Amino acid sequence: MMWTRKDLVALSELSAEEIVFVLDTAAEFKGVGQRRLKKVPSLRGKTLVNLFVEASTRTRTSFELAAVRLSADVVNITATTSSLSKGESLKDTAKNLEALAADLIVLRHSAAGAPQFLAERLQAGVINAGDGSHEHPTQGLLDVFTMRERLGRVEGLKVGIVGDIRFSRVARSNLWALTKLGAEVILIGPPTLVPREFERTGARICHRLDDVLPELDVVNLLRIQHERQKAGYFPGTGEYASLFGLNAARAARLKPGALVMHPGPIHRGVELDGSVADGPHSVILDQVTNGLAVRMAVLYLCGSMALKEEA
Amino acid sequence: MSHSVNIRGGRVIDSASGRDEIGDVFIADGKFASAPAPGAQDVDARGLVVCPGFIDIHVHLREPGHGTKETIETGTKAAAAGGFTSVVAMPNTNPVADHPGIIAWMEERAAQVGAVNVFTTGAITVGSQGEQLAPIGAMANAGIVAVTDDGRCVQNHEVMRRAAEYCGLFNLPILDHCQDASMAGVEAMMHEGYWSTVLGLPGWPRMAEEIIVARDALLSEATGTAIHCQHLSAAGSVRILREAQARGVRLSGEVCPHHIALTDESLAGYDTSFKMNPPLREQSDIDALLEGIADGTIGILATDHAPHAVYEKEVEFAAAPFGIVGLETAFGIFCEILLHRRKVIDLPRLIAMLTVNPAGLLNLDRGTLASGAPGDVTLLDLQREWIVDKEKFASKGRNTPFHEWKLRGRAVRTIVGGRTAWNLDA
Amino acid sequence: MTAELSGSGPIFLAGIPTRGVALARRLREELARRGVAAECGAVDVAMYRDDLGMRGGVRPLRGTDLPMDLDNWTIVLVDDVQQTGRTARAAIDAVLGFGRPKRILFAVLADRGGRELPIRPDYTGLELSARPGAKLRVRLAEVDEGEEGISES
Repeated sequence: MMWTRKDLVALSELSAEEIVFVLDTAAEFKGVGQRRLKKVPSLRGKTLVNLFVEASTRTRTSFELAAVRLSADVVNITATTSSLSKGESLKDTAKNLEALAADLIVLRHSAAGAPQFLAERLQAGVINAGDGSHEHPTQGLLDVFTMRERLGRVEGLKVGIVGDIRFSRVARSNLWALTKLGAEVILIGPPTLVPREFERTGARICHRLDDVLPELDVVNLLRIQHERQKAGYFPGTGEYASLFGLNAARAARLKPGALVMHPGPIHRGVELDGSVADGPHSVILDQVTNGLAVRMAVLYLCGSMALKEEA
Repeated sequence: MSHSVNIRGGRVIDSASGRDEIGDVFIADGKFASAPAPGAQDVDARGLVVCPGFIDIHVHLREPGHGTKETIETGTKAAAAGGFTSVVAMPNTNPVADHPGIIAWMEERAAQVGAVNVFTTGAITVGSQGEQLAPIGAMANAGIVAVTDDGRCVQNHEVMRRAAEYCGLFNLPILDHCQDASMAGVEAMMHEGYWSTVLGLPGWPRMAEEIIVARDALLSEATGTAIHCQHLSAAGSVRILREAQARGVRLSGEVCPHHIALTDESLAGYDTSFKMNPPLREQSDIDALLEGIADGTIGILATDHAPHAVYEKEVEFAAAPFGIVGLETAFGIFCEILLHRRKVIDLPRLIAMLTVNPAGLLNLDRGTLASGAPGDVTLLDLQREWIVDKEKFASKGRNTPFHEWKLRGRAVRTIVGGRTAWNLDA
Repeated sequence: MTAELSGSGPIFLAGIPTRGVALARRLREELARRGVAAECGAVDVAMYRDDLGMRGGVRPLRGTDLPMDLDNWTIVLVDDVQQTGRTARAAIDAVLGFGRPKRILFAVLADRGGRELPIRPDYTGLELSARPGAKLRVRLAEVDEGEEGISES
């Protein structure tokens, strides 16, 4: 098959073949990172704009480095510095960027559906770097890449995703990628944060981490956010940590070879103990390295399709 | 222009009197008459249905204050194009119509430029903030036919109880946009269910509507005031309505076309044409609403016509305002769902829900073909096939989810007080 | 080729996918028969091309087997058909991205002319001239069905 999309908006829209295509491409780009010259000219002369309406230094830096390694020119725009804060609509901001010859726009926005909205209206390629609670496709891809690389396969794996599933775009992207590739997904968290509607996707729901921990091949821990505590979804980080935190005692019950993952940033002592984050099961730093390779792959693939025809 | 017209040879359906036969309808000097008036215009209605002019009890005309979205002039033209001869304007204008001066302005403006009859409503509370009662008596003198905080909902039940008691003095019904703000929240954008979960959008549960419908049932029962639940969307609301009505409570309900034609699945592409308040829900809710229509629990059909400027809706989903236009597509959609697809009711019943029933709720001398009543008539071509083209709307608004739908059944002529306000085939 | 490569130090025959890889393997056998040892593998040039997006879709990347430290090596690029020279140029860039080899040579089965860049193969199996719009197809047993050969279409 060939890759034909100019945008990457949601993993829910990709076929299993397309996801594997991206993972295989990322594997090649990971190799580039090991060479003497870590740069390839694929996007030379092209412009990538990081339009981060919702702030994030880590993801933005990862995309920026990926773009630079593909020899693209990078422009960074954040909400406060942009005209968006002066009331310009997202559509007008993006159209202006396109008129300035942006070939790719990486968008992080708090409104679910914002990347979809732009992708439909722009000739530039749109890459979703996180849209509200909807999806974070490159995170989902790098998580699955890490699992495949470390465990040799995705099909048949039992992957537990722990935490605030309800509001998590990382959980949703992971869910789609894993389900399409044949893994079994178990969503773990308090009843207020794990909507039953997810069962319709084939995922299992479990409210007690201890019950399911020894079966898991992968434990992917999500960040718990204080805003949810204020809104009454759970009583506090102390209670959360005691019920769902991957502390040293729980980590001792993990299957040998099981992976501990986290999209970052970590709250040591809440989602997991420091010793577990730094321990033998943890692949958290690999995730960061793999994130760069995955983003290079995505920019390479979508960038190739978004390049305008020069007559 | 002549206010006298002889409408000949159509199928005359007057739900109030039970008349359903081929015949003639005469209007002399703007009122129904029993014989043709001299010098009257002749209208050939053979093959058409002739009924009292439709009344839409839920329309946003947007003036004063939101003229970019719609004006009284364009909104009433849209009404005429949809077969409506009367509309009831909601008070969530800018400023909110919570004062007799604003009501008087609207009444006068409508008299100057309105293509159809406009009836005004006043806010229940000042600014529709849900705290202090608005000057309902003074607004009654200025001509309102009901009170409503539509757009918002009085959350404090004690305030709502006082309002219900007070309105009894003026025999004014309360129209309620039934929504519990704590469950719906400021962020909710669609129905809480499978689709809101996978799309990552905050949703509102059915309970947010049902809880307030239940509160309204109890308040109506306690105070004797008629309370009308607007744009019902949830299955439980119908059940509560049915039980209350069985006890003789003066609780009524209305349904809008989109809530029986579309489900929450429509939102999968984040298209803001489907963003409404209350939201599109699930097939089981549609089935319950249709049952309510079939057994008479729900007696009124309305549109909740809510125009917005194109640029306002062409934004990311979270930023888009709620609502769609509806006047020009309502009859077609109601025919499609209620008559053709689901065969829930028959045509005379459909007409009643758009004429004599809303008139009855609001004590209007309309909705019938009775001699002496104002000569408002809608002519319908039940066989007319047409494709919805939003670019041709008379409304300023283009925000419709029904663009390019193929429909069968359309109003072809709208007569207000004997004068033709709109003629499709002119 | 044997004469030039004998005594050269480590040699790597880098086949350009798809058919260049099979040809590189065959070359290695031939060289081995003549007493010259060489390693072989693939060098994927897709990341180095300058004509991305003009083909209606992006092909999957194929691996690259070059040794990690190239300093002493002689790299022989191997391809089936040489026309414009752009693929060869991309291959050179790919190799240089890995490191700094002692030298790079270029071997091609058929040179059909039509060069757009000043890159000439060092070793040519066959010189052909094909009509400008025509496609030249090489069939190899390892990759294609049917009889081996070169044809124009």
